[in-house]
Amino acid sequence: MKLPVKMTINGQTTSHEVEPRLLLVHYIRENVGLTGTHVGCDTSQCGACTILMNGQAVKACNLFAVQADGASIQTIEGLAKNGELHPIQQGFWEKHGLQCGFCTPGMIMAACQLLERYPTPTEEQIRHQLEGNLCRCTGYHNIVKAIQWAAETMAAKK
Amino acid sequence: MYPAAFEYHAPASVREALGLLGQYKDDAKLLAGGHSLVPMMKLRLAQPKHLIDLKKIPGLSYIKEDGGAIAIGAMTTHWQVESSALLKQKCPVLSETAAVIGDPAVRNLGTIGGSLAHADPAADMPATIIAHGAEFVCEGPKGRRTVKVDDWFLGLMSTAVKEDELLVEVRVPLWAGKTGGAYLKFPHPASRFAVVGAAAVVTLDGAGKCTKAGVGITGAGIKAVRARDVEAGLVGKNLDQATIEAAAAKAAEGVDVQADLQGSVEYKSHLCRVFARRALEAAVKRARG
Ligand SMILES: Cc1cc2nc3c(=O)[nH]c(=O)nc-3n(C[C@H](O)[C@H](O)[C@H](O)COP(=O)(O)OP(=O)(O)OC[C@H]3O[C@@H](n4cnc5c(N)ncnc54)[C@H](O)[C@@H]3O)c2cc1C
Ligand code: FES
Ligand code: FES
Repeated sequence: MKLPVKMTINGQTTSHEVEPRLLLVHYIRENVGLTGTHVGCDTSQCGACTILMNGQAVKACNLFAVQADGASIQTIEGLAKNGELHPIQQGFWEKHGLQCGFCTPGMIMAACQLLERYPTPTEEQIRHQLEGNLCRCTGYHNIVKAIQWAAETMAAKK
Repeated sequence: MYPAAFEYHAPASVREALGLLGQYKDDAKLLAGGHSLVPMMKLRLAQPKHLIDLKKIPGLSYIKEDGGAIAIGAMTTHWQVESSALLKQKCPVLSETAAVIGDPAVRNLGTIGGSLAHADPAADMPATIIAHGAEFVCEGPKGRRTVKVDDWFLGLMSTAVKEDELLVEVRVPLWAGKTGGAYLKFPHPASRFAVVGAAAVVTLDGAGKCTKAGVGITGAGIKAVRARDVEAGLVGKNLDQATIEAAAAKAAEGVDVQADLQGSVEYKSHLCRVFARRALEAAVKRARG
């Protein structure tokens, strides 16, 4: 039996009738058409599907869309404002924080929460907070630098 | 991966949830943070016909001081435990244990009740809960009952919560006097689950003698256990290095150590001893202040 779900994604309200077993990541990608959120492992290990739900980083492959009924969701598509990249996105650009880019949307959404909880993070804090996000290309060093760059830029803007 | 089809229920009260459990019995599963259950459903290791989501029930998520204990609601997330100012001040090992569960996204949704009801043999919180001598409050059709931690973990992923009950609260006794504790684990490099984890809580009297000791071991066997022989080697003694080492040497005794992909029985027994010693060293240092 299908159930109605309604949520706000990047500030826009969406509503659909879905099967309860529909995963949130498939809802976002297929029903809503936002394909920036990736599916990597599909087993809640890699973090490619990380989004913000009510401000908290969650793995969208490990949640049913019905569990997100009424929630406010943010995906990678919602970060840039008026054509201007978010400082974290800019940091990945400046510091070459990506190679193939597959992990990047999830990394950046995880970094959003990281910098919200730890606005001036140590390198160790960055690495600990990214334990749920796997990257097969970069070796992580430039991702850490990108987030450090973003932290400094965001602090300077305040 | 799609799980088998199911019907989704989001009851608004414990009573309503218990009603659904009573109605659907074996066909139903409770859903808390979903970070153990949903992966199992995706692999079709679990195929419940009815999923009862506890998330919409108000009043199951809290951390408060209550009659000599800290009461934690079953739906309190690992992140809430990790970041709680009250726990950091009064029961810091709980926060520290929560902070090393999985990764931030897992901790944002995974719950203390889910972890303790699921009783994964490699879960972190069970060791710490055993070391603290906590209690569990279950609610069923006939009301509430309390279960002591030593009666909670029954076997592989099996606990004392009955099929018609919900775990609603975990009660952790407040630390008294000169008490210190620690939880340390050897994490699996990919999942971060404990290959072996050890929690220790020790209380010292004015002269530095140990009056109370709790030691829990997880990861090594089919369930988390109390390391009774280690505890017996500590109580009534001055906890100098030789005493700690002699006590920790018994950490694998009474653990039904299982060989698996992570290591042999010998290797995991060794980890039990090493991590029990390290946890005890840290706990004693903190108790001395
Ligand atoms: C990638 C990943 C890494 C992880 N790493 C770790 C780790 O390092 N250490 C660790 O300890 N854990 C780890 N976990 C597990 C995580 O901590 C889970 O959140 C936890 O084990 C289960 O809690 P939950 O709230 O998600 O429960 P759920 O998955 O929703 O439920 C688990 C089981 O408990 C039952 N249940 C839930 N709540 C209740 C209740 N109130 N009363 C009765 N029964 C109930 C459910 O019916 C189900 O059978 C990891 C999980 C993932 C996905
Ligand atoms: S796709 Fe969700 S964690 Fe890998
Ligand atoms: S850039 Fe390729 S996986 Fe991270």
